[in-house]
Amino acid sequence: MGMTMTQKILARHAHVPSVKAGDLIEADLDLVLGNDITAPVAIREMDRFTKQGVFDKDKIALVPDHFVPAKDIKSAENCKCVREFAKRNKITNYFEVGEMGIEHALLPEQGLIAPGDVVIGADSHTCTYGALGAFSTGVGSTDMAAGMATGKAWFKVPAAIRFNLTGSLNKLVSGKDVILHIIGKIGVDGALYQSMEFTGEGVAALSMDDRFSISNMAIEAGGKNGIFPVDEKTLAYEKEHSAAEGVILTADDDAEYVRTIEINLSEIKPTVSFPHLPENAKTFEEIPDLAIDQVVIGSCTNGRMQDLRQAAAILKGRHVAKGLRCIVIPATNRIYLQALKEGLIETFIEAGAVVSTPTCGPCLGGYMGILAAGERCVSTTNRNFVGRMGDTTSEIYLASPATAAASAIAGKIADPTEY
Amino acid sequence: MESARGTVFKYGDNVDTDVIIPARYLATSEPSELAKHCMEDIDKDFIKNVKKGDIIVADKNFGCGSSREHAPIAIKAAGVSCVIAKTFARIFYRNSINIGLPIVECPAAADAIKAGDTVSVNFDTGVITDETTGESFQGQAFPPFMQGLIDAGGLINYVNAKSAS
Repeated sequence: MGMTMTQKILARHAHVPSVKAGDLIEADLDLVLGNDITAPVAIREMDRFTKQGVFDKDKIALVPDHFVPAKDIKSAENCKCVREFAKRNKITNYFEVGEMGIEHALLPEQGLIAPGDVVIGADSHTCTYGALGAFSTGVGSTDMAAGMATGKAWFKVPAAIRFNLTGSLNKLVSGKDVILHIIGKIGVDGALYQSMEFTGEGVAALSMDDRFSISNMAIEAGGKNGIFPVDEKTLAYEKEHSAAEGVILTADDDAEYVRTIEINLSEIKPTVSFPHLPENAKTFEEIPDLAIDQVVIGSCTNGRMQDLRQAAAILKGRHVAKGLRCIVIPATNRIYLQALKEGLIETFIEAGAVVSTPTCGPCLGGYMGILAAGERCVSTTNRNFVGRMGDTTSEIYLASPATAAASAIAGKIADPTEY
Repeated sequence: MESARGTVFKYGDNVDTDVIIPARYLATSEPSELAKHCMEDIDKDFIKNVKKGDIIVADKNFGCGSSREHAPIAIKAAGVSCVIAKTFARIFYRNSINIGLPIVECPAAADAIKAGDTVSVNFDTGVITDETTGESFQGQAFPPFMQGLIDAGGLINYVNAKSAS
């Protein structure tokens, strides 16, 4: 029986000829990631290992990004803990404020991910790097600690769902709409313990930023990872960002899938996920007039160049609705600078938005845009759980950057194709 | 024989890590501090009423969302002796095993057990008994590798034992 793309990557890293769904394996890790929330817990656990130190100072990435620049004293202490650990262990890839960005936008940009890699990160959206043809998955702090100490992690080899993509996206529809549509179709546990493998002729038409958004939210369907095949676009991205060559592995023709789901990209419309689950996906035929208080454009899902360009194209020459707060957060400093050079930052500020330094801040209700009781927010982030962004009676509507920008202008959830 | 016994707190589908421990409390990772806010956004009375040994029973996809280990840490530090659910989200499942919070998948038990029932769980056999109704259920056993992790007392002890051998 053949292997899926994920299974091939795992077999290679476990040094076995083949694996099958359900096998328990120990795999070598190419990179172990942690942030200012999860790394301090892992760092404290590190003391409990009899063999001290890290397995490879070049294969650990520490990215304070959730509550930085430090939002309060406790956050500052957490950042200090990570900073000192990085210094003590001579960690190559520690990113200080000024060098950092939101981890899942930063690591690919810094060339730290190559096709065929196995990556674990103590952050659930670590699955983002599947866009580059790597196996990457979120773990907790103890797994991160063990990964840092040994360079290995245990995995249960996942079965896979194949998403056969055809057609191409219409104007103002993006990867975010695709993944919200998919989660709406299969549910928040539709891919529980499984890998989501995106294949088909439609892949070629998706930009890298579309693919990052899609892989990023695999976890929102319960998936272990969400992976794309490596094609010319992947290789061009890698050439631009990384010295690493990677290993291109493809699924066998006779690989076994739990099921195949057909997705015609041409049929996908702007999609909004209603509170309080990402699976509550609706298109504009079903969306009533709903006044909103805030818009957030950013996050590991949608803070990349294409996202900012699409939002700016809609906001240019227009103004956000009176009384609405529109918060734009470029995902990395490099993206911020590029947006500045392209005039996008000027567009946002002239439109009445505020622009922040990279941070996960509002996405998880940390800071920089917390919601009061009963407030509604259209957000390009990835979760709309109860209380995620503030008060438990506030509401989050997940959408694409284009939909978020159109909504900021309209003061209500608005269809970007009408702008 | 390892076992748990306590009063049941019952929840529905998709109990996410944001309601188990809201991010506004994540600036600390101190278990006793996290426990004070456990389940706060889904059940404000949980922390007032929970007693050492009590059991959480939920429907599908318990622990979905973030990778924060603070979630199983908060539940364990609140005194909960076991979480029974139809299914668990995968990162929460992994984290629970790694930190030593007992979890059991058992759809039949999750359907039948009611809030306030007294329930006992035998971890050796996987048998869940609702002492209030007298019904028993067979929970799913862990694969031997995971049972080894649990028996070692979590991932770090397992790694230490392995590097010593």
